[in-house]
Amino acid sequence: MFGFTLHFSRWGALVTLFLSVASVVFTVPNLIPLSAYESLPAWAQLPRMPLGLDLRGGTSLLYQIDTAQLKKGWLQSVQTDARRALSEERVAHTGVVIAGNQVRVTLRDPSKMDVALDRLKKFAQPVSASLFTGRGGAGGLDLAIAGSENGVITIEPTPPGVQARVENAISRSIEVVRRRIDPEGTTEATIQKEGEDRILIQVPGLAPAEVKARVGTTAKLTFQLVDQTMSPSEAEAGGVPPDDALLPDSEHPGAYVLVHKEIIVSGDDLTNAYAGYDNRSGGIGERAVDFEFNSRGAAAFARVTRENIGKPFAIVLDNKVISAPVIRSEIPGGRGQITGNFSLDDVNRLALLLRSGALPASLSIIEERSVGPSLGADSIQSGKIAAIVGFTAVSGLMIASYGLFGLFSIVALVVNIAIVMACLSLFHATLTLPGIAGIVLTMGVAVDANVLIYERIREEMKSGRGMITSIEAGFDRAYGTIIDSHLTGLLAAIILYIFGSGSVRGFAVTLSFGIVSSLFTSITVTRLMVSTWLRKTRPAVLEI
Amino acid sequence: MMLKPLFRLPQKMNLRFVKYFKLCLGLSIFAIVATIVLLSTIGLNFGIDFKGGTLMQIETPVPADVGQLRSTLSRLGLGEIQLQTFGQPNEVLIRFPEQAGGPDAQKTAADKVLAAIPSGSKELRREQVGSTVSKELINSAIWALVFTNLVIFIYVWFRFEWQFALGAIVSMIHDVFFTIGVFALFRLDFDLTTVAALLTILGYSINDTVVIYDRIRENLRRYKRMPLGELLDLSVNETMSRTIMTVGTVFMALLALYFFGGEVIRGFTFAMLFGVLVGTYSSVFIAAPFLILIGVKRDWSGLEKAKAGAAGAKQAPLPARAAGPAEAAGMEDFDEDEAVADAANPGTQAAVSKAALASVSARKTSAPPRTPPRGKGHAKARGGRSKKRG
Repeated sequence: MFGFTLHFSRWGALVTLFLSVASVVFTVPNLIPLSAYESLPAWAQLPRMPLGLDLRGGTSLLYQIDTAQLKKGWLQSVQTDARRALSEERVAHTGVVIAGNQVRVTLRDPSKMDVALDRLKKFAQPVSASLFTGRGGAGGLDLAIAGSENGVITIEPTPPGVQARVENAISRSIEVVRRRIDPEGTTEATIQKEGEDRILIQVPGLAPAEVKARVGTTAKLTFQLVDQTMSPSEAEAGGVPPDDALLPDSEHPGAYVLVHKEIIVSGDDLTNAYAGYDNRSGGIGERAVDFEFNSRGAAAFARVTRENIGKPFAIVLDNKVISAPVIRSEIPGGRGQITGNFSLDDVNRLALLLRSGALPASLSIIEERSVGPSLGADSIQSGKIAAIVGFTAVSGLMIASYGLFGLFSIVALVVNIAIVMACLSLFHATLTLPGIAGIVLTMGVAVDANVLIYERIREEMKSGRGMITSIEAGFDRAYGTIIDSHLTGLLAAIILYIFGSGSVRGFAVTLSFGIVSSLFTSITVTRLMVSTWLRKTRPAVLEI
Repeated sequence: MMLKPLFRLPQKMNLRFVKYFKLCLGLSIFAIVATIVLLSTIGLNFGIDFKGGTLMQIETPVPADVGQLRSTLSRLGLGEIQLQTFGQPNEVLIRFPEQAGGPDAQKTAADKVLAAIPSGSKELRREQVGSTVSKELINSAIWALVFTNLVIFIYVWFRFEWQFALGAIVSMIHDVFFTIGVFALFRLDFDLTTVAALLTILGYSINDTVVIYDRIRENLRRYKRMPLGELLDLSVNETMSRTIMTVGTVFMALLALYFFGGEVIRGFTFAMLFGVLVGTYSSVFIAAPFLILIGVKRDWSGLEKAKAGAAGAKQAPLPARAAGPAEAAGMEDFDEDEAVADAANPGTQAAVSKAALASVSARKTSAPPRTPPRGKGHAKARGGRSKKRG
């Protein structure tokens, strides 16, 4: 923008001044207390750096989705579909089984292979084209279906198919988790995808136990009929019938309920759920969760209750029977109630979980970091003190060593720090404790550009040059070095950002901004001050 | 009236760095070998980031009796449990390895610890890292170190010569090993922030190295006949005051962080303090003298011409000077000469008031006369360089 001489055009000087002042203005919101900031009129509320979890306290959880469970569920539904399809096509088979990673169909008559294959191949769906899922797979389908001569058909999920499933499950989970953690959309929770199969949840101001409770369980709700042909203990002893499942009864710990595998209605058909009271007894009874079905759920529920009056049905949540009431009459209208041994917290939580929908697969925590609010406040305080002490020490050293020029470099340093903080505020980058460390470190590193220039000026002076020439040569010759040394430092900081995670990134960001703005201030701000000083005071000797 | 410097670091130090190169190289090779031995025997004291496990920072109502607490907690059967006070006598850091049995087992273990510590204690911080994550973190840390070295190697190669790039990489590898070695030797916690510190140290160390290399390159162009050893010494000496000042300011900032920045980043700051010293040492005693070992191209004029010919060359050529008595005369003569050329070049003086310029010119009249063609050449070269760098 400018030639590297002491000459400044009016415009150059104005732009430099404007940028410096603007940076300082954009820094101010971060320096005043929050209460003062909030009392400002809206137009004056310039962006403020959000504080990281390590400074304000909060919880960061990294969840991993259970890919194996997703795959298993997928294979099971393929198995069910395959059985139904083959029976519709009247193709006899000796078994449709899940073997490892695939569903294996053994046909009774290998000559029916073509018919079976034609039908089964309709299961394979194209995987939505994307850069990453395009690789491998059977022509971009999610299932690889192949038949062998001896009448065995294998159906196997393709890697892109699995990946697409996982991706889909992750984005659905993120939606569900968001509704659970932040039902009103008021907290500053961050919920984002991390890597291929992970979700990062960061919630300021909440303890980990509370966040975990809100994320909760899968919350897969189903209504299934109870199998009354044998008692649970008989089933346990004599083997569970293939169409039944033995599920633990949460009303009677240790006991089991034998239910039909067929699902009458599931939580997917719920439209609403809220906390209420058991209204059967007339007055105020036990706590309960009221729910409403959509029309499809309502119709199915009405039909099954009408056909099974007098029989019990089980309300199953995450493979546990919450309660198994007896159907007294048809339940039309799609409204119902879940009762059990609930506390107030329980019903509120269950209602929220049901409202937000079920997670497509279970999530497990693989990394957890939490900071209490008091530690965060301490860290802010220590960061402030370290910044003030660091700034004073660096200023003292620079002024003691370079006099007036040292003072110039400190003004440039203030602008430098202001630019870093203004950029962080404008980009809405989160300020973390390592980020503060990065700012303090920048104070030490940023004056390096000035040191290079000043030492060069001294050298030029010593070799007998005049004041002006020495200053010019000092700036001029130091720039090559400054650019080289700043760029290498910047490269290291960028790599730190790419490979770092969490708060380390905050450090890399402030460090990078610090390096770039130091390049700017040494080229413009310091030079403007020196050139103005020379013009205004016309010094006879140079004390540097 | 003017704010005067209180002290000035000596401009010309006559230290003989090259003389000690073999000693330093021997020392560094020893350090690297020792680090490898340490790593393969006792290994690093990995924090939970790289090992997996749980870390809890607890505030106790009264100063904690760590010994007693340790014996209480070790009875919980959570594996190797580590305790240390953290900054204040009433703050304790508790670490235990990952428990078998998934996330629930980690939570149960943490609950057991919470139940066992003195009542009225407060949990300030908890970090729990699973083994899958910790393995990935190790991988990405190693990749980060490798990439940083590689990228900087390429950059220095591009901007200088391969010999310089090699010197830079040797000194960076030296820094990495030295710092890791100290962490292994003193059983300091090696975690993600240590790796962040390592990368920052690399950035700082290469910054130092590049400043010295820049000067070496400049001197290579200026003193074509000076023995390389002498030239390297001269370059390091010329930049010594800058090196000391910059180490000084960085150290000031780091000391402020170390003493006031709080316990949480103290490990990071310690690594940085140590690494800055190592990085400076390696730039001065390893990176620069290393060029003697592999030699360096002395004639930059051909390359410079070629580079200047290419569009957008970063460095304009200094004119090739005829060999002769003027060259043998040395630096002082050369600088005077160039200074006059600059002073006489009105193009570079535009912003300076006429009065100032007049005073400069007056002061300069005592300078020895120069031969017009050479002066002109310098003036052109300097002017051209200014423009191109802008």
